[in-house]
Amino acid sequence: MKERVVCDVSTLTSHASGAASPAWWGTLAFMVIEGTGFALAIVMYLYLMSIAPAWPIDAPRPDLWAGTAITVLLLASLVPNFLVSRWAKRRDLPKARAGLLVMSCLGIAPLLIRIHEFPALHVGWDRNAYGSIVWLLLGLHTSHVLTDLAETLVLTCLMFTRHSDNARRHDDVADNAMYWNFVVVAWLPIYGCIYWVPRL
Amino acid sequence: MTAHDRANDLRDTDLDLADVDRHLTAIWRTPRSFWGALSTVDHKIIGRRYIVTAFVFLFLGGILSLLMRLQLSRAEARFIGPDRYNQIFTMHGTNMMFLFAVPVMEAIAVYLVPLMVGTRNIAFPRLNAFSYWMFLAGGIVLWAAFIIDAGPDVGWFAYVPLSGPQYGVGKRADIWAQMITFTEVSALAVSVELVVTILKQRAPGMSLDRVPLFVWSMLVTSFMVILAMPAVMIASTSLILDRLVGTQFFNPAEGGDVLLWQHLFWFFGHPEVYIIFLPAVGMVSTIVTTFTRRPVFGYLSMVMALVSTGVLAFGLWVHHMFVAGLPRLGESFFTASSMAIAVPAGLQIFCWLATIWLGRPVCKTPLLFVFGFIITFVIGGMTGVMVASVPFDTQVHDTYFVVAHFHYVLVGGAVFPLLGAIYYWFPKFTGRTMSENLGHWVFALVFTGFHLTFFPMHVLGLAGMPRRVYTYQPELAWSGLNLMISLSALVLASGFLLFAIDVVRSARTGPVAGPNPWGAPTLEWATASPPAPYNFARIPVVRSGEPLWDDEELCVATGLCVDRRELLVSTVASSTPQARESSPRDSIWPLLAAVAASMVLVWSIFTPWAVVWGSIPIAIALIGWFWPKGVPEDES
Repeated sequence: MKERVVCDVSTLTSHASGAASPAWWGTLAFMVIEGTGFALAIVMYLYLMSIAPAWPIDAPRPDLWAGTAITVLLLASLVPNFLVSRWAKRRDLPKARAGLLVMSCLGIAPLLIRIHEFPALHVGWDRNAYGSIVWLLLGLHTSHVLTDLAETLVLTCLMFTRHSDNARRHDDVADNAMYWNFVVVAWLPIYGCIYWVPRL
Repeated sequence: MTAHDRANDLRDTDLDLADVDRHLTAIWRTPRSFWGALSTVDHKIIGRRYIVTAFVFLFLGGILSLLMRLQLSRAEARFIGPDRYNQIFTMHGTNMMFLFAVPVMEAIAVYLVPLMVGTRNIAFPRLNAFSYWMFLAGGIVLWAAFIIDAGPDVGWFAYVPLSGPQYGVGKRADIWAQMITFTEVSALAVSVELVVTILKQRAPGMSLDRVPLFVWSMLVTSFMVILAMPAVMIASTSLILDRLVGTQFFNPAEGGDVLLWQHLFWFFGHPEVYIIFLPAVGMVSTIVTTFTRRPVFGYLSMVMALVSTGVLAFGLWVHHMFVAGLPRLGESFFTASSMAIAVPAGLQIFCWLATIWLGRPVCKTPLLFVFGFIITFVIGGMTGVMVASVPFDTQVHDTYFVVAHFHYVLVGGAVFPLLGAIYYWFPKFTGRTMSENLGHWVFALVFTGFHLTFFPMHVLGLAGMPRRVYTYQPELAWSGLNLMISLSALVLASGFLLFAIDVVRSARTGPVAGPNPWGAPTLEWATASPPAPYNFARIPVVRSGEPLWDDEELCVATGLCVDRRELLVSTVASSTPQARESSPRDSIWPLLAAVAASMVLVWSIFTPWAVVWGSIPIAIALIGWFWPKGVPEDES
């Protein structure tokens, strides 16, 4: 087919940032997938609760302190997370590096508390359906904290290499921060389910 | 920035087409070597592989169905024992749903969507390569298990408690559950790629009201995959946990529930039907437009029908569970919603009929398959309205009536359009056309073979023959119809065989097609057949829904780099160009990541520690995948 030039795109930037970039949309799509997974796990919890004569089944209610400490910690982590995202969007490399180091620590800290959170459930995963679903919920969320921590650690290393001075890397940092927001927000309904629904 | 805004930043603006081609070929080409084949990220090569692999699974699944028909051709036959028969019908359903129907639709989209929206590669091309390898590995795992007599034998929806730890001894049900993980990972990955490609990489000017209907159908389908497939992943994971580490999700003795499985499975399983059907609808709209030489009648209502089908599909799942003893009020709701979904389906049928009525239909093979689709799907739709009614469903549940119904819907609703689509797009895939003459024969054999095979199953079902029985007694008087069905299945199979022969023959010696043999209006026909590695030398600019019917010339954009893989990113609604974005180069890491993930998934059938230790090679592969290599595509 003969071609006729009607448009010149040479003045456009050579990289799309934020909501213009495919990577941002891809991150969002994976958040929808995993969010659906979380929502379904919560539906399973409520379903099993609805058919049980007593809830929790054959177990004391879970201790509050570990889960609540994690909740406070995760919510507090949103502040540095927001700052990292802002510094990355401004391409402020030294601050972004510092922020990533802080966020790496804030990824490790909840995992250390979570070691104590599983025993605080006071039920084994194989004891009954209640035990199975609370372990599933907690395990599902822990796997998300772990994967985001791994991603943050890799990005932190990357930002200390020669590859760091690059808008694409800064956008990766911002997208990673967006994903951490998701990990924190997804925790709140799970926290409500595990710790407060049995107390209703 | 700016490592890339350096002096050697070469643009296509002042180059002539031959120079553009030379530069773009050098940068986009997949090397013709073994390594090149393993590390390619070209959506056309991956799409072609996906399509061929899915059709191989179709033929394998077809062989299984012939084995079942052999066993059922007379009463008390002794060709296949009950245990092998259980594996065969489970494998047939699992294979057709998870390894053929969903993947083949996504495969065609992987090939065509980037071409139809006028871009140079799919979004996240490495994820695309990864998804193919995962799909292939899942298929190999399932079939290898079947060959060593460890194939799943619990039905394609693997109901507990049959598939649970108490009754499903051995590893057969685990193989089924883990095959789910393989195929869902690959389907979810492709869906994310398609959504982002469609929303962000459309040609300038292709606003949402100019998007081809096949692309619309894939957008809706991809969203459905994203929202439905997590349900079956959660379900199959819970099943594996019950079987491997002793959780109690589905054990009523410890507070679990068997119906929970059915809810989770069908919350995925019913949308699944539309995940298979909607792409076929898009194919039909495309074929009808081209062969009636006019835009489809009621574009907006077609899009609305696609979207509303996608939404309603999530409100029907309980109609698979009408005999499970649920509350009456709930059943009534699901009866109503099951009947409601016939409205958008009917609307589309009338729009196609109006298009054909108002246009000048050219009866080529693809259009024949569309006619076959309309007739068959309408019959399947009508039995669908029948089984949506609880009293009727109670009578025919688990009988051959249901088998007939869903084959009418799935084969009539998806495989007929798919065959038409292969005849239609074959010239684009290979540069050669298939035989019209053989195509008519294929259609005649498949269409008559199908109806002769599956229509009598309605009668058998009403006569009380249950599905999934490996044999029946002569006194039941089902032998005559069963023999007729088995003989008709041979006619159907000969149609598919002839189709395969036509494909192989035409790919080698068929007449050369040229860029646009059908005079079609969408962008995939604006480039060579088969397309160059970079798809479009210059990105097309679109001014209507049928860009190739507007003008003798193709409007294009210039100003892109020719020394890195580059494409245009544009706004979601109006498709106004926003940036020149790079597209990743070939990489071996997606294959390595898929190998690592496959090892973990198979290993985890045997021990939960596989997940712990296996995460190490997966992490290494992912870091290798994403770590910048210092190539121009990594710069901004």
